[in-house]
Parts: sequence; structure tokens; C-alpha cells
Amino acid sequence: MLENPIGPVPLQAYLIVSAFLFCTGVWGLINSRNAVRVLMSIELMLNAVNINLMSFSSYIDGSIIRGQVFSIFVITVAAAEAAVGLAILLSLYRNRVTIDMESFNLLKW
Amino acid sequence: MNIAYSTELICFLILSAVIVSGSLAVVLLENIVYSAFLLGGVFMAVAGLYLLLNASFVAAAQILVYVGAVNVLILFAIMLVNNREKLKPIEGLKTRKLISGGVCTGLLILLLRVSIITKWNIPGPTSIGEEATERIGEHLFTDYLLPFEVASILLLMAMIGAIVLARREVSIPTDYINDLKTKKSLDDKKIPLLSGNSLK
Repeated sequence: MLENPIGPVPLQAYLIVSAFLFCTGVWGLINSRNAVRVLMSIELMLNAVNINLMSFSSYIDGSIIRGQVFSIFVITVAAAEAAVGLAILLSLYRNRVTIDMESFNLLKW
Repeated sequence: MNIAYSTELICFLILSAVIVSGSLAVVLLENIVYSAFLLGGVFMAVAGLYLLLNASFVAAAQILVYVGAVNVLILFAIMLVNNREKLKPIEGLKTRKLISGGVCTGLLILLLRVSIITKWNIPGPTSIGEEATERIGEHLFTDYLLPFEVASILLLMAMIGAIVLARREVSIPTDYINDLKTKKSLDDKKIPLLSGNSLK
């Protein structure tokens, strides 16, 4: 089942790496108390999604490569997200003088 | 197994080992500066995976955008907010970590099961390899033209939004504004840079 005529690395290997990266990102997103680390975890998750898109684009959609175009859009949105997220983080830090995620409870009901 | 196959296999193993250990270190290390630099390493290893997948343009975009922009931005944010504060201990942190670790392991097992058991439709059409960059350009200017333009608007909005959010608010005293209006004795006035109680 894991045989692959294109190269020695099967598609499943890429999927496994990306699944691990995604789960690490989810764990970091939940458990980080430093707000910068939360943003880093989000970037890890976006990278995992990109690996998935790229590997499917190369193995299954090799002639049209829609996945590569889509991952370029994902990279664009990730860059915008990082910029706005860090700006929000800076203004939060100015107001609260902390980056502990536990102290950001303005919207807590 | 010829030499190209074994080289690709070794490259994949090294890159995936870097990705796995690097992402764990990003999440688990105490020092956030180490985490940021290791995040750059993870991004570069992901770009290496893209090179293995015959996608040189996306690999270059990954290095430019992630390592060059996002990672530097994160380092600047760390420099701006890093005051080595002691985090207050909260109750139930260990159980929270354990429970979320269990949930994430379950998610990982689910994803692994799906990706291994599913019969993917491989081999698909043959990979176009080096033509990928041209094909991406054709896509971006024909059938993905609208998302391309929307992405440019999104980048503009994000830029303006980031500037507005991160700007330091300056409060100018009213007598200073009145002096500006009457245009007298501007030379001995200093522009107040900081708001707050220090300006009386």
C-alpha cells in the first residue's frame, strides 16, 4: 500500500509529518501562557495545512497544481494574520503590561 | 534503489526529524527567544519539504514570507514585550496540560488512521516538475484572478490595521494646539511625545 512509483517517499509520510505538526500546534495553542507563543503555534498549524495541500497537489493533482496556488494564498493570509495579531498583542501589552494569556479576560462572561 | 532515491529518502527523513523535534521545542521550551529561532528552523525545513515536492516557487515564497517576514516580526514582538515576568501559578495547570495532551494525541491518532487507511488515488497525473512556476502564474492570472486581487486588498487592510493598532496614542495639550494656531513662539516648545500625567 505504501509503494509509490514517483519516488521513495510515499504520500502518507508527508501526511504523517503534517498531522504531527498540526497536533503540536493545537497543544501549544491551548497550553501556552505567553501570547507570542500562541501566535507561533498558529503559524505551526498553518504550516501543517500547507504541507498537506502541497503533498496532495504534487501526488494527486500533479498536472494542474491547484494546491500550490492555494498554499500561496494561505501564506498570504498567514502573513496578514501575523501582522495584525502582533499589533493586537502590542496594544494589549500597553494596556495590561503583561503577556500572560490568563490575564486577558476582558470578554469573559 | 539508486542514489537519487536514497538521497531523497535521507533528505526527507532529516527534514521531518527537524520539523518534529523543532515544533516540539517551539511549544515546550521555556525561553521564548529559543522558540522563535527554532520556529525559523521549522519554517526552513518545511521549505525543504516543498523542494522535495517539486515546488520551488512555493519553497522560495515560504522562506521569504515566513523566515524573512513573520519570524522577524515575532522576534521584534518578543523584543518589545519581553520583560521576563513571573507568571502567576494557577490551579489545575497540570491537569489541563494532561487533558489537552490526551485530546491532541487522540486527534493525531485519528489523522494518522485516516491518512494511512484511505486509498489515495495515486499515482495521479505525472508531476509537471519545473514548469510549476509558470503554471502558478497562469493560474493566478486566469482562474484565480479574483482571489489574487482580494488577497492584495487583504494585505493592504492588514497593513493599515496593524499600523493603526500598534500606533502609540499621543495626546497633545490644548494650549500647544492654540500656540500652533496663533503661530507664536514655536521654537521654545517641545513636542510632547508621551501621554500621561507627566505633562501638566
